[in-house]
Amino acid sequence: MKRLSAFNVVSLTLGFAFLYIPMLILVIYSFNESRLVTVWAGFSTKWYGELFRNEAMIDAAWVTLQVAFFSSTIATVLGTMAAYVLVRQGRFMGRTLFSGMIYAPLVMPEVITGLSLLLLFIAIGLDRGIVTIVLAHTTFAMCYVSVVVSSRLVSFDQSLEEAALDLGATPFEAFRLVTLPIIAPAVISGWLLAFTLSLDDLVIASFTAGPSATTLPIKIFSSVRLGVSPEINALSTIIIGIVTVGVISASLISKRAITKRIREEQAAV
Amino acid sequence: MAERPSPNQTVFAPWTDPDAVPLIRIEGVTKRFGDFTAIDNIDLNIYRREFFALLGPSGCGKTTLMRMLAGFETPTEGRISIDEQDMAGVAPNRRAVNMMFQSYALFPHLSVWENIAFGLRRDGADKDKIAARVEEMLKLVQLERFARRKPHQISGGQRQRVALARSLAKAPKLLLLDEPLGALDKKLRQDTQFELMDIQEKTGTTFVIVTHDQEEAMTVASRVAVMDNGRIMQVATPAEIYEQPNSVYVADFIGDVNLIEGRVSSIDEGRATLDWAEGQHPITGQASGSLSKGGRATFAVRPEKLYISREEPTERTNRVWGKILDIGYLGNLSTYHVETTGGQVIKCEMINVSRIDRRDYTWDDEVWLSWSDTAGLVLPE
Repeated sequence: MKRLSAFNVVSLTLGFAFLYIPMLILVIYSFNESRLVTVWAGFSTKWYGELFRNEAMIDAAWVTLQVAFFSSTIATVLGTMAAYVLVRQGRFMGRTLFSGMIYAPLVMPEVITGLSLLLLFIAIGLDRGIVTIVLAHTTFAMCYVSVVVSSRLVSFDQSLEEAALDLGATPFEAFRLVTLPIIAPAVISGWLLAFTLSLDDLVIASFTAGPSATTLPIKIFSSVRLGVSPEINALSTIIIGIVTVGVISASLISKRAITKRIREEQAAV
Repeated sequence: MAERPSPNQTVFAPWTDPDAVPLIRIEGVTKRFGDFTAIDNIDLNIYRREFFALLGPSGCGKTTLMRMLAGFETPTEGRISIDEQDMAGVAPNRRAVNMMFQSYALFPHLSVWENIAFGLRRDGADKDKIAARVEEMLKLVQLERFARRKPHQISGGQRQRVALARSLAKAPKLLLLDEPLGALDKKLRQDTQFELMDIQEKTGTTFVIVTHDQEEAMTVASRVAVMDNGRIMQVATPAEIYEQPNSVYVADFIGDVNLIEGRVSSIDEGRATLDWAEGQHPITGQASGSLSKGGRATFAVRPEKLYISREEPTERTNRVWGKILDIGYLGNLSTYHVETTGGQVIKCEMINVSRIDRRDYTWDDEVWLSWSDTAGLVLPE
């Protein structure tokens, strides 16, 4: 291991402090006995208990997970299809226009996306609730999925698909048996990206959510407006915990896969 | 292949038999990509059990022609039929044609075994039959021990054999090979060429190989089509292509050749004589194509057909004098570059039959080059 110079140690500490001190304070105060967020009154886990008894909060969390699951799944299917056509179909009439239109929602301000969807739902008389949030999230997450998947498809050796066709597979079989398994990592990361985007979206959800369904970000945001409660701190700590475990295990899994592959390649020669 | 003499076997040359029915008929096929003409009005017949090579520089259209046989491209004009069936509108997965890709295109997520079984499974054969066929293929390419490995766990040469086994597994009427040995190193490539010929003979499949390597085409093929700019320049056996090229392009593309430009002074009984430089004797060779007396022509002669000497070989008509410019020692041969009148450089190859280095000739020596009347060809411009 290389020793770090004093300068590097300082810059590293400053950088990480900048990133993580706010979160650290939040975690510490989630174990605060006092109702007042800024006054430390001893260690307690009572706010976690409160949180689990808060049914509105649990409901919102459940709605959020459902919305994230369904919207990211639909977005992945649609986004992958769009990417496949744009990368594979070569040059067809209006290709540039289509690919531009796929990416446009990425740069569109969320407020505009949300507002336009709201107007659409009112115009067609769709009652706002889980369904409308899922539709709205699918709309914007699909663009992200298609960006991720098309970047993988561009580097995908097209002769693999031709080989499948050549060996008697129908175009659909070639996609299902060859292309999809190979681009699966990109499709999965597209799904995960869509899932996380949906989880923490506030703006679009607040336009399209109705009284029957509220997502967690909306719930947190509206309760914080009435004053920060230690319950919210507890909830945030739980979310931070889940994210940390997720990130660490993902990097461990991919690291192990890489070492395994390198070992196998060395064994081959 | 074609010229392998054997007492109880007639020479394999169906293209000389007017009654033979070709497996592949390519009739007036043209392929355009926008303004670019990749294939320009090609007619070609390929017969059953042939090992046919499409040879040419990159961009000559050989790969496009092969992709049209596989069904990945459709001809703009003309007709391709395989086994008397018109291939227009027949999708790649419905053709009894398999292809071995230049990149091998092995499915990285499947094992060697599953790669070979892929095509058989698409046909919906039963499990035991598939397993038996896969084992047979693994045995053919000697990869039984690697059946469970993934493509990234085997070496380049082994991958090449998996690709071959996979494309042969369905026993296609026609196997297309796109630069099959391009990714292998030289030694392995030579071994594999003979292995390919062996497998072709064992399975009796018709092979069409695309390559830019003329040595490879000459080694494996029964017939070679030399292509340039979307057109076929010559179709013939390797020996004919080498000894009887029909154009300067073919002569120059295949092997080493000396090209001497001049004016035809006489044509007589298949012989043409060329005046090519002041102070040099006229040179004579076999007349080829449409030559006219007094017209420009090119004399083509291979370096190994030339003889080098210090004295003038007066008994030979074809003799040229000059000065040695360069000597290349290759071990088995020595190449002499001789500069003659007008800066024309002629190459001569002599086999080093003796181990003792006599060093007969050295730089700047005045020498004579000579060759027989039948050694060279006079080709029209």
